[in-house]
Amino acid sequence: MRKSPLLRGAVVSAAALLVLAACSTDDSVDDPAPDAGADPETSESADAPADSSADTEWFVQADFDEQDAQRSATFEGDEATPWLQYIDGPMTDTKKYATQEAQKVCFANASISNPWRQTGWITMNQQLKALQDSNVIGEMETRDAQDDDNTQIADIDYFITEGNCDVFIISPNSTAAMTPAVERACETGKPVIVFDRGVNTDCYTSFIHPIGGYAWGIDTANFLSDNLEEGDKVVALRILPGVDVLETRWAAAEKIFKDNGIDAVDYFTGADPSKIKQIISDELVKGDVKGVWMDAGDGAVAAIEAFEDAGVDLPVMTGEDEMSFLRKWEETGLTGLAPVYSNFQWRTTLLAVEKIVKGEAIPTEWVLPQTPITEDERADFLEENDGMPDGHYAKFGGEDLPGYPQVWQDRKIP
Amino acid sequence: MSTPVTTSTPAPARTAIPAHQRGLGGRLLAAVLTPGGAVFVLAAVLLVATIQANPNFGDPGVIMLFLGRTAPIAIAAIGQYYVIVSGEFDLSMGAVIGTQVVLAGNMIGEDPDKVVPVTVLMLLVGAAVGFANGVLTTLLKVPSFIVTLGMMLALGGLVSYLTGGAATGNPVDEFREIGRGRFENVPVLEFLPYPLIILVVLAIAATLLMRRPFGRNLLAVGDNPESAERSGTSVWWLKTRAFMISSLAASVSGILLVGYAGVHPSVGDGYEFTAITAVVLGGVLLGGGRGWVLSAAAGAIALELLFTLLTVKEVESTWRDTVQGVIIIVAVAVAARGWQAGRRPRGSARRAPSTRIPTTPTPGTTNGDN
Repeated sequence: MRKSPLLRGAVVSAAALLVLAACSTDDSVDDPAPDAGADPETSESADAPADSSADTEWFVQADFDEQDAQRSATFEGDEATPWLQYIDGPMTDTKKYATQEAQKVCFANASISNPWRQTGWITMNQQLKALQDSNVIGEMETRDAQDDDNTQIADIDYFITEGNCDVFIISPNSTAAMTPAVERACETGKPVIVFDRGVNTDCYTSFIHPIGGYAWGIDTANFLSDNLEEGDKVVALRILPGVDVLETRWAAAEKIFKDNGIDAVDYFTGADPSKIKQIISDELVKGDVKGVWMDAGDGAVAAIEAFEDAGVDLPVMTGEDEMSFLRKWEETGLTGLAPVYSNFQWRTTLLAVEKIVKGEAIPTEWVLPQTPITEDERADFLEENDGMPDGHYAKFGGEDLPGYPQVWQDRKIP
Repeated sequence: MSTPVTTSTPAPARTAIPAHQRGLGGRLLAAVLTPGGAVFVLAAVLLVATIQANPNFGDPGVIMLFLGRTAPIAIAAIGQYYVIVSGEFDLSMGAVIGTQVVLAGNMIGEDPDKVVPVTVLMLLVGAAVGFANGVLTTLLKVPSFIVTLGMMLALGGLVSYLTGGAATGNPVDEFREIGRGRFENVPVLEFLPYPLIILVVLAIAATLLMRRPFGRNLLAVGDNPESAERSGTSVWWLKTRAFMISSLAASVSGILLVGYAGVHPSVGDGYEFTAITAVVLGGVLLGGGRGWVLSAAAGAIALELLFTLLTVKEVESTWRDTVQGVIIIVAVAVAARGWQAGRRPRGSARRAPSTRIPTTPTPGTTNGDN
């Protein structure tokens, strides 16, 4: 009898731990499916020309140099419509796809679980309306993989077998895992458009993306290095590991910080503002923090507030073109830069469909402009986007679409 | 207890309960030796160690900031205490916090007039979630960690639906002030964060509540639900109220976190486990019946101090979960034994024999009724 509380406690706690374990292993379910991601090494070596010894999983010197050069490249097309601009390069001939019929577009989306993707998703839907009105697209069927590789593979396979699709659009959840599924979509002979995150194949009709993560890292780390002294401390706040477009941002920035003698420490935050605040306040107790670098602007406000709460000088900081950061930046007057990972690529994707349907050649790798917002330009962007919610992105590029500005102001997720 | 006190020694008129037999010093020592008391020592040791590792942490302002940000966790731990001590679990806390944070962000928005009605609504939602948890656990007899796990998933889904998984804008500053504001120019302490004041008020209220019949009965139910029920306690209503307190505590945490951090669906993630860890670290017996409510709050502070110490010592933050896991296991093991060692005076001879219920059935008394 005396043992019973102990026993009961042990049983209950064992059960609780089972639950704990079940919950905390949730993420490992996201591992690539056996058929998809079994060869991460081969896919990486395919990714990386093995000429430079300094290359690591996420840092490839050649890519760094290429994107560094692209930052000052000339873009074809009208500057007033940056979502249609591209860097001159190989084109895909699409004459064989030319048709008068309204197309059925199948869109395998990685997720809409951050404000950047939500903004893009809204813009894409308004672009869809415009193209439906002009009878280019009949309908778009979308499957949201909710950040899960396995779900997205299933989504793509569903589209291939049951979707009755004329065009595939894929915004991959992760690079290596999604490659075989994208290849299967290519095998159908229908046009395949990949955008945002990349895949390790070039079977696609077009791969649409802004310059890339290295360019982001170069812009931001150069800005911080220019505005800080050697030996100054920078806290780098990163959303999550393992996504190429985020990893390369940090890889490039880390290299530049190292070259300039900036003392940078990085943390993963999951964009959780309470975590960000805690990280910054602990760092502030340990010593002065002169700069804050972010691989995405989500949570920038919390980072600035941590400095305010501690009553210390605000840092030099790079955020993103998210309205919350632009507003806080203006309000506080800190020295900052808003790098941009061009959100308008979401509409470029559908405009590419329009070009394919018309049989116009499109860039095989469609590199969109990616220009940070400086302090001088900030006021203009704040004014243009007046009334937009905090999660909105200043360079969303949808001003000429139906529903502007009301649809973006209401921010109802379609 | 029917035996009259007829001892020859000059005894006090009323025999004190064993825990009160020693002097104040002895009682303090005995308290510290229990897991529920040891956590205060642990917190003090961790504070000293942290300050030693980095003297900046000894600055009153830094300690106040730390206590301010720990308040939501401590409040969640106090709520979780009520459920655990009654022999149940509340895994839905983090999801309740997330729901409240999103509700605040979506419903208050930029309108200061909505602060009061939405706050009232949030507390009602909190109470309703706790009521549902309690009723499902007690009346439908579904184990509480299944009920609250289900609640966690259901609320998590609701939050995803409402937000798509991304941040919405922060509500007006007036509302955020609750979790972010402070009284300035306080002597010695430099300033006093509102969340800390709210924590102190709630801790006092929680202590008083545990001394009321509700608290006593809750302990009794956690210790032995059957005997509590037979002595006339309404077990379902007791436990349901415990669940409601837990969800309300989570709601208050959520309100404070909106102020401290801002609106994001991930706010509150893992709070149920942090709260359970804190309660267990506070020496509260998992399975119910033993433990002090203030120890649960102290457990939260000790846990956060430990994480801060790890940060100061430059230990990778990825170890945090591992540390938390080890703490749960060790604390449960220690608590289960510790309460028996520390609380009761040595030697079973001192135990009043009448507390044992004779287990031998009396034969022949129930024959022939039918």
